[in-house]
Amino acid sequence: MTALVVIPAYNEEASLAATLKELASGVPSVDVLVVDDGSTDATAAIAHKGNAAVLRLPFNLGVGGAVRAGLRYAVEHHYERAVVVDADGQHPPAAIEALLATLDGGADLAIGTRFSEGSDAYPVGWLRHRAMGLLHRIVHWRTGQAFTDTTSGFRAFDRPLIELLARDYPVEYLADTVEVLIMVCEAGYTVVEVPTPMRPRAAGQASTRRLKLVVNYLRLLIGILASATRHRPRRQS
Amino acid sequence: MTTRAHVLVIVAAVVAALYVLRLVRLHQLRSKYALLWLTIGVLLVPLAAVPSLLEWISDRLGVYYAPTTFLFLAVGFLFFVVVHFSWELSRLESKVRTLAEEVALLRADQPETVDG
Repeated sequence: MTALVVIPAYNEEASLAATLKELASGVPSVDVLVVDDGSTDATAAIAHKGNAAVLRLPFNLGVGGAVRAGLRYAVEHHYERAVVVDADGQHPPAAIEALLATLDGGADLAIGTRFSEGSDAYPVGWLRHRAMGLLHRIVHWRTGQAFTDTTSGFRAFDRPLIELLARDYPVEYLADTVEVLIMVCEAGYTVVEVPTPMRPRAAGQASTRRLKLVVNYLRLLIGILASATRHRPRRQS
Repeated sequence: MTTRAHVLVIVAAVVAALYVLRLVRLHQLRSKYALLWLTIGVLLVPLAAVPSLLEWISDRLGVYYAPTTFLFLAVGFLFFVVVHFSWELSRLESKVRTLAEEVALLRADQPETVDG
């Protein structure tokens, strides 16, 4: 079963080398693709040096756009699985193995979550905490499933989902995680959360400011509200 | 304005909001632009529903004739939208230019192809 690790990377030269090294020794069976999201630093060069395949986007598309490009690469190169992993070393190889094992168990989408029991504590700010609670309730309303961490970007997809998302992936920030989750559940795929240990970010900065965060949440709510009545074809089984 | 006119404005705002949501639903409109237009709808409804609100704002701003305030706000908002679109357009132009350059660079690495 061929698996591809997709690493969206925007100016991640500080942490990428260590992340790639860890992947090469921890999960040697998977191929690695770094999607250089219009970086202005040495991200692409470091990715080449780390023996990863590299997609260089001509300008910054954001995490969602980079992931979508990575999934299209996975489709074209006939990978059976794809795992999206942060460039900054938050996701240890053991956790990647855990997600892949969950796919073996029949899940179509495995999400590595930060807050489940069995996971290490992961501190977030007050506003973000509240916002995540709201997202939790909305996703529960739309899917009937209670997810503990709807915005986790640490995800493994099986082939049918890679194909679906390579075509139709909401690329906006937050929509790329939450809306995808709703979309996938409504299409009848099996989604399983896997509690995984995550480390604090190795280097770099979390990318969102407060006002932007509020605007992004409003945007997401509009998207979800608008799609609440959308008819989606169910999965053939 | 008469009550009927107020109701008309509210209905128009709601219909416009539903239309915007429909466009988002059909993937014809990115949600960031929807947010722009829905904000207007949300601001318009209380102004239509509570006529004294506009008069109160006019009073605060020192405007004698309340409808002028409304027109002033409307023109101000449309100006903002147009400037915003110019900004987006500039960004798009520079992205298209970058893409054209990328294609040219990729072609430079390709073996020469014969046209026609």
